[in-house]
Amino acid sequence: MDPEVVETAPDSAAADPVEAVVEAVAEPLFAYAPIMPEIVLAVGAMALLMLGVFRSERSAEPIMWLSILLLAIAALLILAQGNETRLLFEGTVIVDPFARLLKLLSLLGSAVAIFMSFDYLREARIMKFELPILIVLATLGMLMMISANDLIALYLGLELQSLSLYVIAAFRRDAIRSSEAGLKYFVLGALSSGMLLYGCSLIYGFTGSTEFIRIAQALESGGANLGLIFGIVFFIAGLAFKVSAVPFHMWTPDVYEGAPTPVTAFFAAAPKVAAMAMFVRAMLTAFPAITAEWQQIIVFISIASMLLGAFAAIAQTNIKRLMAYSSIGHMGFALVGLAAGTAEGAQGVIVYLAIYLVMNLGVFACILAMRRSDGMVEDINELAGLSSNNPLMAFLLAMLMFSLAGIPPLAGFFAKFYVFLAAIQAGLYPLAVIGVLASVVGAYYYLRIIKIMYFDSPAERFDPMPMALKSVLGVSGIIVIFFVAYPAPLVDAAEVAAKSLF
Amino acid sequence: MVAAAFFYLFASVTVAAAFMVIASKNPVHAVLFLILAFVNSAGLFVLLGAEFLAMILIVVYVGAVAVLFLFVVMMLDVDFAELRAGFLRYLPFGGLIGIIMLIELILVLGAWTIAPGVVDVVATPAPTAADVTNTEALGRVLYTKYVYFFEAAGMILLTAMVGAIVLTLRHKEGVKRQDIGEQVARNPETSIEIKQVESGKGI
Amino acid sequence: MVEFWTTYGLPTAIIVAQSAAMLVSLLLIVAYLLYADRKIWAAVQLRRGPNVVGPWGLLQSFADMLKFVFKEVVIPSGANKGVFLLAPLVSTVLALSAWAVIPVNAGWVVADLNVGILYVFAISSLEVYGVIMGGWASNSKYPFLGALRSAAQMVSYEVSIGFVIITVLLCVGSLNLTDIVLAQKGEWGLLNWFWLPLFPMFVIFFISALAETNRPPFDLPEAESELVAGFMVEYSSTPYMLFMLGEYVAITLMCALMTILFLGGWLPPVDVAPFNWVPGIVWFLLKVFLLFFMFAMVKAIVPRYRYDQLMRLGWKVFLPLSLFMVVAVASVLYAFDLAP
Repeated sequence: MDPEVVETAPDSAAADPVEAVVEAVAEPLFAYAPIMPEIVLAVGAMALLMLGVFRSERSAEPIMWLSILLLAIAALLILAQGNETRLLFEGTVIVDPFARLLKLLSLLGSAVAIFMSFDYLREARIMKFELPILIVLATLGMLMMISANDLIALYLGLELQSLSLYVIAAFRRDAIRSSEAGLKYFVLGALSSGMLLYGCSLIYGFTGSTEFIRIAQALESGGANLGLIFGIVFFIAGLAFKVSAVPFHMWTPDVYEGAPTPVTAFFAAAPKVAAMAMFVRAMLTAFPAITAEWQQIIVFISIASMLLGAFAAIAQTNIKRLMAYSSIGHMGFALVGLAAGTAEGAQGVIVYLAIYLVMNLGVFACILAMRRSDGMVEDINELAGLSSNNPLMAFLLAMLMFSLAGIPPLAGFFAKFYVFLAAIQAGLYPLAVIGVLASVVGAYYYLRIIKIMYFDSPAERFDPMPMALKSVLGVSGIIVIFFVAYPAPLVDAAEVAAKSLF
Repeated sequence: MVAAAFFYLFASVTVAAAFMVIASKNPVHAVLFLILAFVNSAGLFVLLGAEFLAMILIVVYVGAVAVLFLFVVMMLDVDFAELRAGFLRYLPFGGLIGIIMLIELILVLGAWTIAPGVVDVVATPAPTAADVTNTEALGRVLYTKYVYFFEAAGMILLTAMVGAIVLTLRHKEGVKRQDIGEQVARNPETSIEIKQVESGKGI
Repeated sequence: MVEFWTTYGLPTAIIVAQSAAMLVSLLLIVAYLLYADRKIWAAVQLRRGPNVVGPWGLLQSFADMLKFVFKEVVIPSGANKGVFLLAPLVSTVLALSAWAVIPVNAGWVVADLNVGILYVFAISSLEVYGVIMGGWASNSKYPFLGALRSAAQMVSYEVSIGFVIITVLLCVGSLNLTDIVLAQKGEWGLLNWFWLPLFPMFVIFFISALAETNRPPFDLPEAESELVAGFMVEYSSTPYMLFMLGEYVAITLMCALMTILFLGGWLPPVDVAPFNWVPGIVWFLLKVFLLFFMFAMVKAIVPRYRYDQLMRLGWKVFLPLSLFMVVAVASVLYAFDLAP
């Protein structure tokens, strides 16, 4: 045999397979790059699950940190994606600026929720590795919801998120309230999923497709008909349940109160953002041709949510229940932006969600810090005299409360400003007026908390605030106070994101 | 004509069985009727030419899901007097939902009369080539266009499994468990001790 | 009218005739398999087995049948009568109906479904209902316990059977049973059959088939030392016979399925002169008898499993193993470009 051939042959043989392997790996990597965050979360959650199962209970805290790391990696991957719109799987999944921004918000909410929960879980003896993993799975569901451009994708993402939420609501399985919360959430959630599916099937039946783009095309040419309207009604009912809008809000106070507090903090933040994002995308991209028809439904649930959130919260003494009604009200405000049905409205919703997320995480950092040596307290009156016991915490909480009430120049004011502006531009004057009135009523109970903190005789001191909660509260307070100085990054990003929907 | 006859057979049995599911007093009978309804629906699928779906319906729903239903229902001790007491209380609400559903159904049935334009709007499903069996046709889209949904469904099932374990699994203390590996690894050195017993003294 | 008869009447008549031929021969074979089972068991225990009715006891099964048929049907007073009588019927009819798609020779099949294997799998997954219904309707403790055990057991082992079937389907590329047999045809004769490349799956299938049909060592639903006779305690006469019949038909079905999936169906072991003169049906039957012999030997030799061991074997050993094999087989087929 010729020695030269012998020498060159292995080289070429080695080069080819390597190239082939690189090609085989690189091609799908590039093709699926837009959903790489989802893939990372899914694979990471499974890997962490394996780690937890084989390393048993002791591994809970490292897995919490690893989960946060995983969410951070997903966020970095989203940031690295640039600004273009990509459609995957024949148009059933969409990754556009809107999806990226809201995915970042959801990831932030989830990561902070895990970050805040260490001390509580240790104290309550439910430090188990499944909790962060379920939160990661829920977040995966949220990312899928936000990217959904198809009824099936929407439903699957929603169901993944909801299933995880049902479980973590009941996570303190030995506490009867927690189990009750989980069960209630599950039963009502299943009902709402049923309604959503019923609506989806009607929409599919009357338009012939589950893809938003093709539904929109079909409506463009065919217009609305009674069957489709019924489908949309059921569809909106299902979605309204997920964002806890009136009249599908009944589960919220009970679940918020019964679930372990860090879980409540999580519930109030990320899932709301994701569900609202999905709501906005479904309405604006699938049904733009019949805006007039669905607008009235949104206007109704928006008004009902704002009013109920404002009035029902007044009588609450438990701070978690109060936050539940507050979140119902806030979802009502966010829906005002959707009701406008314009790019400005969508921008308003995004700004609202971002600010709501930040405020809520700060408030829950305070609620998680309401702990004495004999355990957690949840009564509002326990906050009495916080200003003398812990002036900084009292000040930041007061700022957050002012912001939630929508008092200028705090961030919450701008949130409300953008949605009401959009509503007025769209000619929905009554909606805007009622919204402003509702926020005036709502201000009452936020101010009541401030009054209790500053003017009531001091109650016993709380335990010192853990570092994690301090940092979350601090960052949230700073953002809320100084948003007025530099609103551009969020507002501009929201504008770009909102434009991508139209 | 034979197909039509079988359609009416399957359809009427399905409807009758579905009615009996809610009408029968004994929950075990209800589950058995549910199974009958499933099997007849599978028959309807066969008539539609969707034999793969028909068989999967039977394997998954009848062969696994309904068995577990039956399993649970058989062990339940349902008090019927109590169930009936609640019946009147929930009748108005249930009736309302029923009426809404009925209206929905009528709407679906009457779709073409309500909205004559729908026929043009509805996209016609892609016809499959005659030489492709429907198993193959399903396989082709399931792992291409719908692979995202497929994987998502997998994640949902994983979540459900994790949830069930988290909420219900309790490790009881003091229960003897079999460790097969340990049993197999036993050898005379580790398990037998030879003692010289002096007579009349015992161990 | 003539057209009606030629388009509908004639095909129906042919199907009825085919089914009848299939059923009669099947029942005859089952009668002798029952006899063989008892003889093998007896031989292992150095007994003589049935030897009185007919020459060498060859007519024993028929005598038993007559005895069962002429006895009185006893229905327990608290039993749920309809379900109680329906259960043995379900058991038998389902076991028999699966035979409609089993090809016993090239082209010898009543219904050549293109999802044949799924049909058989579906039917075999329904067989658990006979047991559950019988156990529940008897309104008695032992039958109920037997039924619960059986439900859990059969559902558990169905999973691994499903995966085994999938590995075979990966190698064949069709769900049609005739295609599965033909895919094993090749110049290497019996070395070409799937038992060799998929040997671990063959073993898993064999053991799962034992569990699926409630045969020893997995006969916990009717473990006589614990539950008297399990779900059949309250049954007598013809219903009891139907249960027995259903059980043996199901066992034969499993043997036939293994023959088709792993032992090349009706193909001769070596495709040369004296062997391929023998008609395919003979090879098919020989293979079924071989597998049944193994079933019978297992019954005679292996002690009964405990219930937790049974569940452990199904979920912790077979399920991961068969899942891994599905992935492995698929990878090998893909890597070496062998997929059909």
